[in-house]
Amino acid sequence: MSIAGTLLRSRAVAALASPHGVDRYLELVNPMWAAHEVRARLVDIRREVDVPGEPAVATLTFQPTSTWRGHRPGQYVQLAVDLPGARRLTRCFTLSSAGSRPGERFAVTMRANPDGEVSRYLVEQAGPGQIVHLSQAAGEFVLPDHVPEHVLFITGGSGITPAMAMLRSLLLRTHRGRVTFLHYARSPEHQIFRAELEQIAATGYGVDLHLVYPEQGGRNFSPMELERIVPGFRDVDTWLCGPAGLVEAVRPAYQDPTGSTSEKLRVEYFKPPRASGAAGGSLSFGRAGLSVDNDGASILEQAEAAGLAPTFGCRMGICFSCTATKRSGTVRNLLTGETSSRPDEDIRICVSTPQGDCSVDL
Amino acid sequence: MTTVEKTGNRRLSPEELERFGAEMDAIRQRIVADLGEEDAAYLRGIVAKQRGFEIAGRALFYLPVVGWLPAVTCLSISKILDNMEIGHNVMHGQYDWMGDPDLNSRMYEWDNVCPSDQWKYSHNYIHHTFTNIHGLDRDIGYGILRMDEDQPWHPYYLGNPLYAFLLMVFFEWGVALHDLEVENLVAGRRTLAENRPLHRGILRKVKRQALKDYLLFPLLTGPLFPLTLAGNATANLVRNIWAFNIIFCGHFPAGVASFTEEECADETSGHWYYRQLLGSANITGSRLFHILSGNLSHQIEHHLFPDLPARRYPEIALEVREICERYGLAYNTGRLSAQLFSVARKICRYALPGRRGAQAGAAAPDRVADGTVAA
Repeated sequence: MSIAGTLLRSRAVAALASPHGVDRYLELVNPMWAAHEVRARLVDIRREVDVPGEPAVATLTFQPTSTWRGHRPGQYVQLAVDLPGARRLTRCFTLSSAGSRPGERFAVTMRANPDGEVSRYLVEQAGPGQIVHLSQAAGEFVLPDHVPEHVLFITGGSGITPAMAMLRSLLLRTHRGRVTFLHYARSPEHQIFRAELEQIAATGYGVDLHLVYPEQGGRNFSPMELERIVPGFRDVDTWLCGPAGLVEAVRPAYQDPTGSTSEKLRVEYFKPPRASGAAGGSLSFGRAGLSVDNDGASILEQAEAAGLAPTFGCRMGICFSCTATKRSGTVRNLLTGETSSRPDEDIRICVSTPQGDCSVDL
Repeated sequence: MTTVEKTGNRRLSPEELERFGAEMDAIRQRIVADLGEEDAAYLRGIVAKQRGFEIAGRALFYLPVVGWLPAVTCLSISKILDNMEIGHNVMHGQYDWMGDPDLNSRMYEWDNVCPSDQWKYSHNYIHHTFTNIHGLDRDIGYGILRMDEDQPWHPYYLGNPLYAFLLMVFFEWGVALHDLEVENLVAGRRTLAENRPLHRGILRKVKRQALKDYLLFPLLTGPLFPLTLAGNATANLVRNIWAFNIIFCGHFPAGVASFTEEECADETSGHWYYRQLLGSANITGSRLFHILSGNLSHQIEHHLFPDLPARRYPEIALEVREICERYGLAYNTGRLSAQLFSVARKICRYALPGRRGAQAGAAAPDRVADGTVAA
């Protein structure tokens, strides 16, 4: 593929295939042929959690096209699939396999979210042979090249996935230091990767595993509890991933008296924080000629409530699918808390909330 | 002015317009709810055929002499399908609901020299919003032709048939330069500075198109360079002539009404539909003809529902005709030859100044045409 690949990616071939691009021709011959885009074929699907009456969790293994550049454990990928009715939707999923090199197989673990058309389709309906469309892997929630002596993972629910990818990678690399893994789940039956985690705990390898089930009597997170498990945790490199409630409970524990958060803490939201913008003012949608009272939710949610159907992807501020132009007014970024008042600014409407009057080109 | 009255049509009362608009809205809602796999499969099938014709066309040039005509035929069909049934319709957003970036109005780029983003502005926004409103719709004569008696005569228009012929031959170039509004530039209503941002986009697209059609593909056929070059130019010419003729039958046949800004001030959605209906004309033909015309042979349905997949226009047309009959409105359709003849007559007639008496007479053919098309 390398010579053919170099040729197919050459400027000469691009000029010949203009304006459509060489991939538009290759895909007609074989969906697994690509020069630039990334596609993948589903080769295996395995249920991780299958509690009756509860959304199932499954690990899906994909064979990507040769254009896949590989991934680092902890990264995510945007995955698009044609759903029944010929509607293609894109969502972000965390890669759960230890890491992949260019063109290598990788795995994605997902819960069949009752409101998530993509995850439900992939977990419940898709079978081997299903073709999906991908971005390259992305995300900064990864292990550094030089892994620190002590690594601490704090995860909740499906937020275990990126930490699991990192843990697998550490075990493969025969990491010699300490790993503390603190995970919160609803019950052992809801525990993703349960068998594998128990095996890791049993064999040792320096992994200090704490599986906590607060609904069954386990203690909720508290700084004192964490201090008991990891003395001096503020100086330990920590990867935190989980629902907003967990993140909001853990983050203050890493703050010093001046209120600044320790640089040792790296955070990835598994679900975007609940919009907590201030209500007030009016939000107007220029193209639709509509105006609503700003209720403090994200602009995307408010647009949908007003009956609009803006394009969106991850709904958590990472894929830029929902980018729209803000004509005027101030918006606050729900992830960073930053505010911005520049006119004609491109904003991600899924993580932006208006501060007072605001006009968006939707 | 080809007023509604001159086309033999009646004005609808505000109540009628409201009901008329509601009936059109109902058609839209029903089709939108029904969009799905079949529409996607149809478009992807057309795309696969277009790519097939394109590759066959490029390959057949390697067959000296005997391959030339089949090559030009394949490449012409490829360009026609790409520009009309795929490009025009995809760029209208007709298939945006599929969520496929390759068939999305924001992403699609077509196989001709006009940059898609500029075309989308002048076509989707200006032309489709202000269809046949004098002073707003620049597609009335495209700024170079006199296609309506309301456009004041000037000796320049003596060349009307010649300009139309040249526009036909160089149609893709005319479309590419359309947004520069040369007529407004000449009249001093537009400055060169306003055009500067457009120049880069046009130049980039022209370069890419010329590079592949007039240099790279001919070079790849080695000694057959001149034949391939001529073949590619011919395919572009065939597409130009075909597209010009189909498009000119959309708004210029006799019996199509035009409107004033005053008539359309504070326009209701019912009147917008009414204007689209009376401002457009269809062409009858076979299924293959409709596909090759990008279903612009259903110009009426296209103007009523520019964002619905064009393959639905034939089924929509049955309902629209029935609604027209109930409201006593003409449904302007005819064979390609009849509509073309009507357009050609108009091009020649408006080359000459209209006299007072002649203007009254000029209205008559409109009614005659209506009589024939109503059949």
